[in-house]
Amino acid sequence: MDFSFTEEQTLLRNTVQSFLQDKYDFDTRRKISASADGWSKEIWGQFAELGLLAAPFSEEQGGLGGGPIETMILMEEFGRNLVIEPFMETVVICGGFLREAGTAAQQEAHVPGIIGGENVWAFGYAEPQGRYNLADLVTTAKADGDGYVINGYKAVVLGAPWADKLIISARTGGGQRDADGVSLFIVDKSAAGVSTRDYPTVDGRRASEITLENVKVGADAVIGEIGKALPLIEKVTDQAIAALSAEAAGGMKELNDATVEYCKTRKQFGVPIGKFQVLQHRMVDMFMAYEQSVSMTYMVTLKLGESEEERLKAASGAKVQIGKAGRFVGQQAVQLHGGMGMTDELNVGHYFKRLTMIDTQFGNVDHHLTRYSSAA
Amino acid sequence: MDMSFSSADLAFREEVRTFIEENYPRITNTRSRGDMSRDDMLAWHKILAKKGWVAPHWPAEHGGSGWTITQRYIWNEECARAETTPLLPFGLSMVGPVIYTYGNEEQKKRFLPGIYNGEDWWCQGYSEPGAGSDLASLKTKAVREGDHYIINGQKTWTTLAQFADWMFCLARTDPDAKMQESISFFLIDMKTPGIEVRPIITMDGAHEVNEVYLDNVKVPAENMIGEENKGWTYAKFLLGNERSGIAGVARSKKAIERLRNIAASELMDGEPLIKDGEFGRKIAEVEIDLSALEVTELRTLAAESKGQGPGPESSILKIKGTEIQQRITELALEAVGNYAHVYAPHGKGEGDNAFTPGPEYSIGVAQNYQNMRKTSIYGGSNEIQHNIIAKMVLGL
Ligand SMILES: Cc1cc2nc3c(=O)[nH]c(=O)nc-3n(C[C@H](O)[C@H](O)[C@H](O)COP(=O)(O)OP(=O)(O)OC[C@H]3O[C@@H](n4cnc5c(N)ncnc54)[C@H](O)[C@@H]3O)c2cc1C
Repeated sequence: MDFSFTEEQTLLRNTVQSFLQDKYDFDTRRKISASADGWSKEIWGQFAELGLLAAPFSEEQGGLGGGPIETMILMEEFGRNLVIEPFMETVVICGGFLREAGTAAQQEAHVPGIIGGENVWAFGYAEPQGRYNLADLVTTAKADGDGYVINGYKAVVLGAPWADKLIISARTGGGQRDADGVSLFIVDKSAAGVSTRDYPTVDGRRASEITLENVKVGADAVIGEIGKALPLIEKVTDQAIAALSAEAAGGMKELNDATVEYCKTRKQFGVPIGKFQVLQHRMVDMFMAYEQSVSMTYMVTLKLGESEEERLKAASGAKVQIGKAGRFVGQQAVQLHGGMGMTDELNVGHYFKRLTMIDTQFGNVDHHLTRYSSAA
Repeated sequence: MDMSFSSADLAFREEVRTFIEENYPRITNTRSRGDMSRDDMLAWHKILAKKGWVAPHWPAEHGGSGWTITQRYIWNEECARAETTPLLPFGLSMVGPVIYTYGNEEQKKRFLPGIYNGEDWWCQGYSEPGAGSDLASLKTKAVREGDHYIINGQKTWTTLAQFADWMFCLARTDPDAKMQESISFFLIDMKTPGIEVRPIITMDGAHEVNEVYLDNVKVPAENMIGEENKGWTYAKFLLGNERSGIAGVARSKKAIERLRNIAASELMDGEPLIKDGEFGRKIAEVEIDLSALEVTELRTLAAESKGQGPGPESSILKIKGTEIQQRITELALEAVGNYAHVYAPHGKGEGDNAFTPGPEYSIGVAQNYQNMRKTSIYGGSNEIQHNIIAKMVLGL
């Protein structure tokens, strides 16, 4: 049993921490979010230079050979700084598909562009009728000569406005919600038949609605096995959940620190409000919610490589924990800041908003309670 | 004990329902949120003023409708049912009652008609940067000079002050007396030189609150309510009314109905979400809380109509009412799933060309959730309401 980090891991954390401290303070983040593009290509380029985008890829692929722990470290720091840039979408999820199931040719073709910061990727999986069910797909891909023709619609594709490459889930067989018949395709966003409409999200990011109309892809666009992609999607989204958990824990930490600090300095009735026992106990509950979230983050991160059932329970368990804790910590941080907590000016509301949205990514508390209990 | 409606009550319900159907102006743009224009916000108010129904709770001599508590209850229900624009409380429920209870004849004549008719927009100048929960520690100063007071200080969180013609404002008139015994209650014309209103944007992107700076603002002495240094009494009277007004039982009922509709439209594994036992139970739970609160409110109103209260018990209405409102917005956010991410732009300008995907009912749901966090903070935070009940009701 050992929960300590290696020297390299500590170095990685220090690197990203000092970079974000220098280059990504809250004001900068606000400006980036409000800019026309809504993200910073420059920051992305610097992530590449620092090797962050290479972290989880193997050395043969040109990466740094890191694993889930390195991703966890980065995501926690991104969470602490409310980083907008699509590390999750590009490196964790789409990079994850390439790592887990990409052919040598696909890896060769696509990994260098990710590591170098040239290509940004987004994952289109959700559909309006499908809620959090990864298999509930109306989008279809039909065999057409050597390749496939994709038709359908993808909802709330986070980071897609910045992406040039997409990974799209589509049905190649089976009924609308069958486990069998789900496939994954690499699609160029600029391909004929792909149209996107972009919009801002409530947590200061961007997303797209994507329509696919007779989009032709070659056989080399298929990731994994045709019709058998659902377990792969589950696996990679569980990896994404681990990363999200780390991001959430980072956000909670910042909120808790800010709240404790505020309650020590804000005076009402002649004393710092932190002297009121009801607020002390509240902050203790916030602290415990954070600690429990860190624990679940460690657990899911360390169990990503285990049996499907172990992994699934750890991921759903973590998602439930961070969903509940994130809501509690976010709400109470706002509450304890009083009117100030409601403002756009203070960062508190922005963490609160991000934590709220993390719960809706890849299934909320209810969804994962059900998933956990059907696996248990 | 009897909770049923008489036939006269039922006839009354028919009458007001018909009136609302025939007269309510439909103005809202549902694909953006909030940020209605001043005129839009006052349109319904003005129609009701003409009809004589805008301030049912006021004394008849000032335009009150003389309704029984049952009729008032029915009226609130029907307005919520039709989702009419909520009437702004600052004039009708806050300063109006202060003026007819503590104001002099001159003040009643001068201010009540403008409040009643919706000609004057009022805002509440209580809170300051250093005086929130501890309101009595406010620092804004009023110094008497001849037949005027010169007022200096800063107010904050002033809701909709950007539209206001008048502000009711607490200021300190005796630097030497104890905190509560040196506060006076002023009515200030917002056009007076020296007043500056600066917007505060909330996290949902709305411009609802403001800072109000007062720099040597000259206020005629006749605009002070009651006696100098007795303002705290009037201020507290107003807060009691504000608290019970925040409960919003009828509106929450409507909000639950809407939540049900969302859950009936949203699919989960091909079935309406509402059929999911778990989600159905969550809605049931909040609805049960609301039923209890409804009867609690009716009990409070009944006691009030017999001349008791609103006592410290009104803090129950504030705490439970806002918890329920917040819970409903939380469940709506859960119900809409992925489309909760979409940012709905605010009103004119920002909203004109914006793309807001997803079903109509999902627009602004997340921002509503964010915005409603305010309800446990304002009107005396819920922690402060707990303190009030602990001290005044339980005697702790
Ligand atoms: C959207 C919005 C609209 C508003 N509109 C108006 C308006 O129109 N006019 C106006 O005058 N004001 C308005 N307010 C101000 C509101 O009344 C104050 O925000 C409120 O009184 C809390 O004060 P504060 O923000 O300074 O928080 P603080 O008083 O600093 O409180 C911070 C935290 O400490 C807690 N706390 C403080 N004292 C105690 C205690 N003794 N025991 C336990 N906990 C305690 C509070 O509950 C809160 O959680 C508005 C506020 C908001 C958010």
